[in-house]
Amino acid sequence: MNFEFSEEQAQMRTEARRFLEAKCPPKAVRAVLEGKAPFDRALWQGLAEMGFLGIAIPEEFGGLGAGYLELCVVAEELGRVIAPVPFSSSVFLATEFLLMAGSPAQKAAWLPKLVAGEAIGTFAFAEGTGTTTPRSIKTQAAGGTLSGVKLPVADGDIADFAIVAARTGSGSDERAISLFIVDLNAAGVTRESVATIDPTRSHAKLTFNGAAAEPLGTAGEGWATIQAVYDRAAVLTAFEQVGGADRALEMARDYALERMAFGRPIGSFQAIKHMLADMYVSATLARSNSYYGAWALSTGAAELPEAAATARVSATQAFQHCAKNDIQVHGGMGFTWEFDCHLYYRRANLLALNLGSLSQWEDKLIDRLQTKNAA
Amino acid sequence: MNFDDTPQEAAFRATVRTWLDANAPKHLEAQLRTAGFASGGVTSEDPMAAARAWQKKKYDAGYACLHWPKEYGGGGFSPIERVIWGQEEGPYAALGGLFTIGHGMCCPTLMAWASEDQKRDLLPQAAAGEQVWCQLFSEPASGSDLAGLRTRAEPANDGSGDWIINGQKIWTSGAQHSDWGLLITRTDPGVAKHKGLTMFFLDMRSPGVEVRPIKQANGQSGFNEVYFTDVRIPDAQRLGAVGQGWEVSLTTLMNERLSIGSGMPTGFPELFDLACRLETPDGPAINDRNVRSKLATWAVRTSGLKYTGMRAISALSRGETPGPENSIGKLVAGATMQDIAAFALDLQGEAGILVDPEVTAANGRFQAMLLRSPATRIEGGSDEILRNIIAERVLGLPGDIRVDKTVPFNQIPTSGKR
Repeated sequence: MNFEFSEEQAQMRTEARRFLEAKCPPKAVRAVLEGKAPFDRALWQGLAEMGFLGIAIPEEFGGLGAGYLELCVVAEELGRVIAPVPFSSSVFLATEFLLMAGSPAQKAAWLPKLVAGEAIGTFAFAEGTGTTTPRSIKTQAAGGTLSGVKLPVADGDIADFAIVAARTGSGSDERAISLFIVDLNAAGVTRESVATIDPTRSHAKLTFNGAAAEPLGTAGEGWATIQAVYDRAAVLTAFEQVGGADRALEMARDYALERMAFGRPIGSFQAIKHMLADMYVSATLARSNSYYGAWALSTGAAELPEAAATARVSATQAFQHCAKNDIQVHGGMGFTWEFDCHLYYRRANLLALNLGSLSQWEDKLIDRLQTKNAA
Repeated sequence: MNFDDTPQEAAFRATVRTWLDANAPKHLEAQLRTAGFASGGVTSEDPMAAARAWQKKKYDAGYACLHWPKEYGGGGFSPIERVIWGQEEGPYAALGGLFTIGHGMCCPTLMAWASEDQKRDLLPQAAAGEQVWCQLFSEPASGSDLAGLRTRAEPANDGSGDWIINGQKIWTSGAQHSDWGLLITRTDPGVAKHKGLTMFFLDMRSPGVEVRPIKQANGQSGFNEVYFTDVRIPDAQRLGAVGQGWEVSLTTLMNERLSIGSGMPTGFPELFDLACRLETPDGPAINDRNVRSKLATWAVRTSGLKYTGMRAISALSRGETPGPENSIGKLVAGATMQDIAAFALDLQGEAGILVDPEVTAANGRFQAMLLRSPATRIEGGSDEILRNIIAERVLGLPGDIRVDKTVPFNQIPTSGKR
């Protein structure tokens, strides 16, 4: 058996890490935090030049045509440096929707631009507070246009197009939901940036008022497509979370070695050592579970729904745990704007909700284990 | 990534499977599958005899102690072949419990420190299940602080070169069945505590050895106290130099932590099954949101351990040494099992207090688990020691400050002042 990344993939990790250490230092993240720009455009272009925006996109559309394991590796590295770019919206979601449900013309129109970083895509799903369900989606599609309000939409203020989940039927069941591609620069679209717990990843409120919309995939199959894409994105996001968790643990460990109190490094106190050991435990469990997800994603295994939920729940828990205890280990300094701990705390809690809450994914996991046991 | 065997591994798996199919004690399979949490196991015949018979059969076929060199009674197989064997042996591995301490800890210590003659004599007998070993380390006043042990070994005053042992050990698994014991003693109380220790191995039938079962908090008796009154050990049964006992003991403890691929149970599959079956006024318990959330947390801990094990096995398959991530196993499994047991009782409502297998929801399994699980978090390295190990050896944090490290042992305070 081989339950580890290959040497080539490890090589890609090294390249990605070297690139990101140079192009995405904490001060680049802070520039976005301070509102100087909604995302790091230079970094985004750099990622495109490295080929990272098209890792899993077939070569015919300009992508690398590599596999999902390679994408997992890069996702983890982006998570380590909490990169302030629309990678998850554009690569994990918009790209995956197009690959899964796009017509040949839609793929040809958008994928090469996504690879080149010339277009940013996103997914518009939630419509305010609460779990998003077929019933809660009010955005209405009619006669090739959409009307409704989506909030929050990750990168909705900077994206060129969005995949939008909208109502095409009247019922509350899944078959009432379909997907559309909407050019966000077209008439009938209003965008408004919204403040979130993590200003290093921009979000928006999108209002559609008779905006032109092109169907993506078969009408009535939108909900099923969303579930399938979310499983794929959950694995990729889990790697982003694992990267963040690891980095938060390292920051806490390094500080514990350097900070003195009562005449000793604080890392010599068991209260701190044991907290760090527990962080290592969660990060390790999350990494192993994410490897399971990566295996399922990259091989197209039937276990993907279960593996994705497993990776997602575990990685969400681990990043939240490591990020909050990173602040605790740093003490008062961890609560300053100047130290980076809060950036990880913000990102951990943002990612915990980006694809649906932890409790939703817990629920999905149990559903899928029930299905597996029944089989 | 893949879970596939290499051609070589697949061939080995097929060979093993064929052998097991022809030789495993299939009449015991059902009993072995339901065993666990200090309940069940072989009841249809003498469990000790069944254990010895299976071990001997494996030995004769070359499948005992797979990773040991052949000259010491092992199979001479690679680490990954050992893992494959474990996967294929399945429920029958539970028959090996009697030999775990000997094969996993005592014998590797002999392999590192005993004379060639002793190794060729003792190791094959242990591998064949003809002789059982126990480990005489913990004492009433030294558990996590093992180096604080007080059992004395003094030179006999008759010029024989023998050693005379006096003292007491505790928490000795299987002492009542053991032929040999690996014994750590204090030979010099006048020097710092780690410096005055010496390791021996001991014939458990020596005069002056007394084994008394401990009645545990859960009412069972899996552990023993072992008392030594003027027990005589020949100097030839000393392992390492006089005063080198601590170093020798580290060989044993390292081996304890190297056992890989034998994922520790958490009780999750059993709890999941209970939650699916247990009817409540709102349908099966698993329909409840709170139940689902808790199950999910325990599901990912259990699978996280499983796939952490897979990463270690994968390293073995490539001929590499597994990383430190395996050190989390018992820490996670022990605490999870205790939480799962308490929650399983909660699901059963007021009747969760009942222990009779005939009337409880899952044959009393969770009640037994609840009462046994505190021990899992202590035995073989407490949760706190394991966290220290992760913090110090994996994360590189400083060791604890030890105020008694350089003090002569006989000057270390033995009681707290009020």
